[in-house]
Amino acid sequence: MNDSTATSELDGSLAAQTPTSAVDQRRVDEIRDHVVEVISDSGEGAQKCGQSFASIAAKTGHGVWTVEIIPAEIEPPARSIEGASGNRIRVGSYYVNNGGDEADVVIAFNEQVLLGRERAGGLKPGCTILLENKWRHHQDPAIVTAYTSTCEQLMADGYQVREIPMEQVCLQHTNNPQRGKNMFVLGMLSGLYRQDLEVARAQVAFTFRGKGEQLVKRNLRLLEAGYEWATQNLEFAFEIPSVERKEAQIVVNGNTALALGIMASGMEICAMYPITPATSASHYLSDVFENVGGMVHQAEDEIAACAFAIGASYAGKCAVTITSGPGMALKQELIGLATMAEIPLVIVDVQRGGPSTGLPTKVEQGDLLQAIFGSHGDAPRVVMAAATIEDCFYLPIAARKIAEAFNLPVVLLTDANLATAQQPFARPQLRKEWFAAPVDQSAIPEGERPYDWDDTTGLYRRFTPGQPGGMHTVTGLAHDRSSRVAYDPATNEEGLKHRSLKLAAFQKTLTVPEVFGDPQGDLLVVGWGSTKGVIEEAVARVRAEGQSIASLHLTYLQPMASGIGDILKRYRQVMTVEMSWADRLEDDLITYENRRYSNLAWLLRARYLIDVDCWSEVRGQPLKPRMVTEVIRNKLAQGVSHV
Amino acid sequence: MFDPIKTLSPSVPDIDDDAYSMDDFEGVNARWCHACGNNAILTAVQKLCAEEQLAPEKTVFVSGIGCSSRLPHYMGTYGFHALHGRALPIAEGIKIRRPDLHVFVNTGDGDCCSIGAGHWIHAMRYNMNMTVLLHDNQIYGLTKKQISPTSPRGLVSSTSPRGAYLEPLNPLAATLGMSNISFVANAVDWLPSVLYEIIHQAFHHRGLSFVRIVQRCPRYLPHQFDEYMKDPERILLLTHAQGLHVQDAVARRFKHCMEHDPSDLDRARELATNQERLPVGILYRNPGVLCYEDVRTSVEHLTAADKVKALEREFDKFTVQPTS
Ligand SMILES: Cc1ncc(C[n+]2csc(CCOP(=O)(O)OP(=O)(O)O)c2C)c(N)n1
Ligand SMILES: [Mg+2]
Repeated sequence: MNDSTATSELDGSLAAQTPTSAVDQRRVDEIRDHVVEVISDSGEGAQKCGQSFASIAAKTGHGVWTVEIIPAEIEPPARSIEGASGNRIRVGSYYVNNGGDEADVVIAFNEQVLLGRERAGGLKPGCTILLENKWRHHQDPAIVTAYTSTCEQLMADGYQVREIPMEQVCLQHTNNPQRGKNMFVLGMLSGLYRQDLEVARAQVAFTFRGKGEQLVKRNLRLLEAGYEWATQNLEFAFEIPSVERKEAQIVVNGNTALALGIMASGMEICAMYPITPATSASHYLSDVFENVGGMVHQAEDEIAACAFAIGASYAGKCAVTITSGPGMALKQELIGLATMAEIPLVIVDVQRGGPSTGLPTKVEQGDLLQAIFGSHGDAPRVVMAAATIEDCFYLPIAARKIAEAFNLPVVLLTDANLATAQQPFARPQLRKEWFAAPVDQSAIPEGERPYDWDDTTGLYRRFTPGQPGGMHTVTGLAHDRSSRVAYDPATNEEGLKHRSLKLAAFQKTLTVPEVFGDPQGDLLVVGWGSTKGVIEEAVARVRAEGQSIASLHLTYLQPMASGIGDILKRYRQVMTVEMSWADRLEDDLITYENRRYSNLAWLLRARYLIDVDCWSEVRGQPLKPRMVTEVIRNKLAQGVSHV
Repeated sequence: MFDPIKTLSPSVPDIDDDAYSMDDFEGVNARWCHACGNNAILTAVQKLCAEEQLAPEKTVFVSGIGCSSRLPHYMGTYGFHALHGRALPIAEGIKIRRPDLHVFVNTGDGDCCSIGAGHWIHAMRYNMNMTVLLHDNQIYGLTKKQISPTSPRGLVSSTSPRGAYLEPLNPLAATLGMSNISFVANAVDWLPSVLYEIIHQAFHHRGLSFVRIVQRCPRYLPHQFDEYMKDPERILLLTHAQGLHVQDAVARRFKHCMEHDPSDLDRARELATNQERLPVGILYRNPGVLCYEDVRTSVEHLTAADKVKALEREFDKFTVQPTS
């Protein structure tokens, strides 16, 4: 079960230092899953610690899902409530598909960031807190008071607080504990969850590869010290049984999966302008895209990025542009041009909180309607949304194919939750046909026109520059089949009709998504995007209580597959659960006549003429299954989602 | 029923390799106003294509929106009539993966110097190998006579009925102040042989050649450039062995004709801001400036098998092996 990336040359020298701990006398609780948070000031390395712990857990055969905890500022003041930076890791002995509820165990580097998480509702009542205790002896009395009073308060509130001399122990192994404490904590966590120390070592060696043997050794020492400390000083430990993994998997976050998917899709140009939370995909892509003949172009703004991608698509293979909500808004005019001129284009929108600059680092699902309806006039395009990390890999491949087969823009929506969450999925078996074919440069036969729309499907063969006999000028103006500007009413409608027909033709290729839960019953919960795991977990919980309910998760939002309407009709009530704003009927002014619904609810109501209710939470945080469970119970009991 | 496989399959070429004539570069009939300066620009580029024997299928004219941006429709080549202000980044996208194509950009003073100004600065800096023609009529033609950033102070237009308030933006001076520039020239539509020669030199320059063309708009500003047309005193013809070459007969028509070494950037900037005389010729040329596509376009050809191998290497970085 060990990872083969362990640095063998280090193994020998370290063997002697392996903790020869006395017999482990801790009480061991066997559990199915846990949510663990590691938090610190930013720059102290809690994120790296949390991610490494997730990788170790995944490697030892556990299901994992991670959620990044990031402050909005790059360097918020130290010891501040808003400054909590770190990672939440849900580990389970099953396939984990969401970040779960409140934390069962929290490791905090100071009490202020801990308070921040408590106020954000991140902690489970009575949960275990492992807290750095150096603040108790700080020379600034204000800090000592803040620390002690917080500890007392938390204990009074029922939390199990363990004060731990983290820095003090680290000092025995390094003279700069600020820089290595996170690896000590990683060791503590690995010890607390009785992880295989060899796997943890290999992970640390991998994390610091290329940074010099000294550094690797120091961090390994700290890891082992933490492991030993937990084994000898805590009287408890947890055991999460591992599950057998039959196939190789890859462990990446959604943005890395997206970048890998783009590389596998055959797209060769990614034009972008930096924007959180989309940027990290381009960071990774910038590093490796050239290995598959691609390039990342950082344009002067999002408009230029989209135009650049359109130019590249027009003259060659389909290109992609990656952005987030504000950039998506800027690209809309060009997306309309790609629709009108019928140029393949893939646009990835890693959604964040809005409007305007909104919650730039946090999650929201507010861009669905702009993805479908943005741009002026009738600008049909395909819109799909990733629900899992695995989708982040496979959907760019599908998007490129659809864009090229139908000559239109395809929007792929992901979000901040998927961007930073890690979840293992089966290592893809690459297929050569995913890579786009070389650009067609053959001569165009006499008489063929650049927009020879098929009357039934709107499809035609696009001409690419370089093809003899295909010369024409594409234009955003209304045009006829020869791409000649034409303002007459009939030609305008002919173009509108055929561009729209392509969506219908594509829709015929879609299969109806599977229902999760009862095939008919009292309630159907519909969702899209990163909330899939949370919704399904909540549905499973309520079904276990004997209710007959189900959920339906949509990957294709525009167009939607045939058969969805029939599914909706099989349930007494239908509601969406989303992370985009919906007015709440309990607010005095809100009535059925002025209520604004969340994104998907609008769409379902309009298309299927069903009274679809919605519940949404737009707090910049991933949904929690416990909350959604309550919403479902409420809806079943009272017929309304928000009470 | 539509059969995508059949429809999309390439067919056998049937190429006739006679020399190209100007007719081969004609698209639909030009629909500009009578005596519009754009007609002269169209003739010059069609002549260039024919003289240079550019394969029409290997040539792309990209434009924004405006009267000037209609030019691609009138060419017999490939064309991309895009959005207001966005011609340059589209042209860059075309060029990056298709260095084999000859790329031209036609843009107006509103298109380039107002809505597309951000792209203009950066296009100059990317210095991709293309020929950019700025059709500067000092007015918004297509939208019917609104003020443009290049309109002179005091110009009466639909949006400046009491005269333009500000001093104009000087597109030559602005461009000569940008970074990584490699070719800047100025032309006027009413001197066809000089216009042709400048565009010809621009085409042969490797890098982004920026040609500002003073272009008449007889409809909205019929007398705007009379002073220059009627009074050769007001034009300063710039010639040089490394710059513009004109026949003696042409040169003789100008009172002011000077040798200007286009490698002299400081002098070029002085000429561009000269209030008395309009410089016509090549202001600046530096063939040694780095082109974006040269450092970004990979030369090696990767097969699907190479790509699979590269991707597998990436997967290896993130793989966890089966348990047991
Ligand atoms: C986003 C957008 N804004 C405004 C317009 C309207 N518009 C079209 S052309 C134009 C100005 C054209 O002026 P110029 O670039 O000087 O071209 P000319 O017609 O003079 O050749 C404007 C404002 C548009 N098409 N798109
Ligand atoms: Mg103009």
